Amino acid sequence: MRVAVGAAGVLVAVLLPGCGATGSSEGATGPSGTVDVFAAASLTETFTAIGSAFEDAHPGVTVSLNLGSSAALAQQLVAGAPADVFASASPSAMEVATTAGRAEAPVTFARNRLALAVPTGNPGGVRELADLARPELTIALCAPQVPCGELAATVLRRSGVTAAPDTLEQDVRAALSKVRLGEVDAALVYRTDVLAAADQVQEVPLPEAGSATTDYSLTVVADAPDAAAARAFVAYVLSREGQRVLADAGFS
Amino acid sequence: MPTPASRSRRRGSRQSGLPPALLLPAALGLGFLALPLLALVVRAPWRSLPDILVGAEVGPALRLSLLSATSATALCLALGVPLAWVLARGEFRGRRLVRALVTVPLVLPPVVGGVALLLLLGRRGLIGRHLEAWFGVSLPFTTTAVVIAEAFVALPFLVLAVEGALRGSDRRLEDAAATLGASRLLIARRVTLPLIAPGIGAGAVLCFARALGEFGATITFAGSFPGVTRTMPLEVYLALESDPPTAVALSLVLLAVSVLVLVSMRDRWLHGGLR
Repeated sequence: MRVAVGAAGVLVAVLLPGCGATGSSEGATGPSGTVDVFAAASLTETFTAIGSAFEDAHPGVTVSLNLGSSAALAQQLVAGAPADVFASASPSAMEVATTAGRAEAPVTFARNRLALAVPTGNPGGVRELADLARPELTIALCAPQVPCGELAATVLRRSGVTAAPDTLEQDVRAALSKVRLGEVDAALVYRTDVLAAADQVQEVPLPEAGSATTDYSLTVVADAPDAAAARAFVAYVLSREGQRVLADAGFS
Repeated sequence: MPTPASRSRRRGSRQSGLPPALLLPAALGLGFLALPLLALVVRAPWRSLPDILVGAEVGPALRLSLLSATSATALCLALGVPLAWVLARGEFRGRRLVRALVTVPLVLPPVVGGVALLLLLGRRGLIGRHLEAWFGVSLPFTTTAVVIAEAFVALPFLVLAVEGALRGSDRRLEDAAATLGASRLLIARRVTLPLIAPGIGAGAVLCFARALGEFGATITFAGSFPGVTRTMPLEVYLALESDPPTAVALSLVLLAVSVLVLVSMRDRWLHGGLR
């Protein structure tokens, strides 16, 4: 399975709409095709696992993952990037793809919630959401333009907390890695990210987080080069096996 | 204005002649470099450009980019010219190794450079740990971190340019000054530096251009916060996530600034360096 994380393709796709049929999809139909899956960064581990299991269940099919912020992936789709499946971490990014006519029929397949992540040992002594306003702490949030930042902004606003972030990261994994490296005292990420980095990161429970959830949806991309395999992949994510992988990772 | 020397040189090249077989790949090479920029200009949302640029608050990012690239260039000059000098004129074992080390950031992906800087100067870094404990200084997520990241990737350009200039300079002038009794420092200041000034200028321009475009090391080591660490390239990248027309507009501004800087510096510096 191939995994490509990148935004270089975005620029190419933005500059050359309409002729963006270059890239990795081989476009073969049937069991020997390649499923190009555009998936939110927070699905890195789960979709890697699901992709491998799907390949095992469908010999001859290769799953190629393009991981990034859902907003960036949606823009790639709008610009005409060839893809078979799009899995978004936020309804708004899916809506961008739907509006552009690139999403066939989005279905919700998982739910994540916001989590306050701190480096193991909690060096900054972070105990609650309001601590994010303490100026002496180093705080990472996602940029409000990407789903995790959108969700964080909603929760902070609802709780009346004016956070004092030191960096607004590009996607949730970038924010998480700042916590893993111990460069920030706290970051608002997804619950699944905390679990994925449990060796270096711990979670500070947030009473507010119960309502701070985001629905993940996925869809077969309109004019997918390999629609049959794409449908099979979507079905696999929704199946008991796919859902178990997601649940194990902390999705609900 | 063509000098007699340049005229005779041009005549010389016509006599030897260009192999026609070179023309096609040369044209392709030019197109390869120029067409993407042309696409940027053609696809730019010209009509809504003023509104986009006002709305996107280009000011802080552009100011930060220019400030940090200038600071990084100054830092590179202060450290890079002496380093180039040692490489060009010093005779010591391990000089090749030193030059290889200087060249590494040239081939290193900038993101890796950013990670390396974090591991050295981050809060848990080899040095950063002590900076934090002793002085309460934390470099990541500051404008200083942007300057450091930019200088890290840009310094090799300056060192190699200046070293080349030093190797190409006429040593006999220095020898003559020495026989007249000038001290080493005086020779360096009054003879060598003026001789290699065009080389230093060309290196500084390259260095500045590289610093202005720096992305990977900056976003990794310095993060991304408006007005503090979010330089123009970072702003473009973020805009691309949510609002591609703005990204194209911002790219256009950065392109214009780069061209402006190169043109303005060319008259002052590069002309001599390329003569």
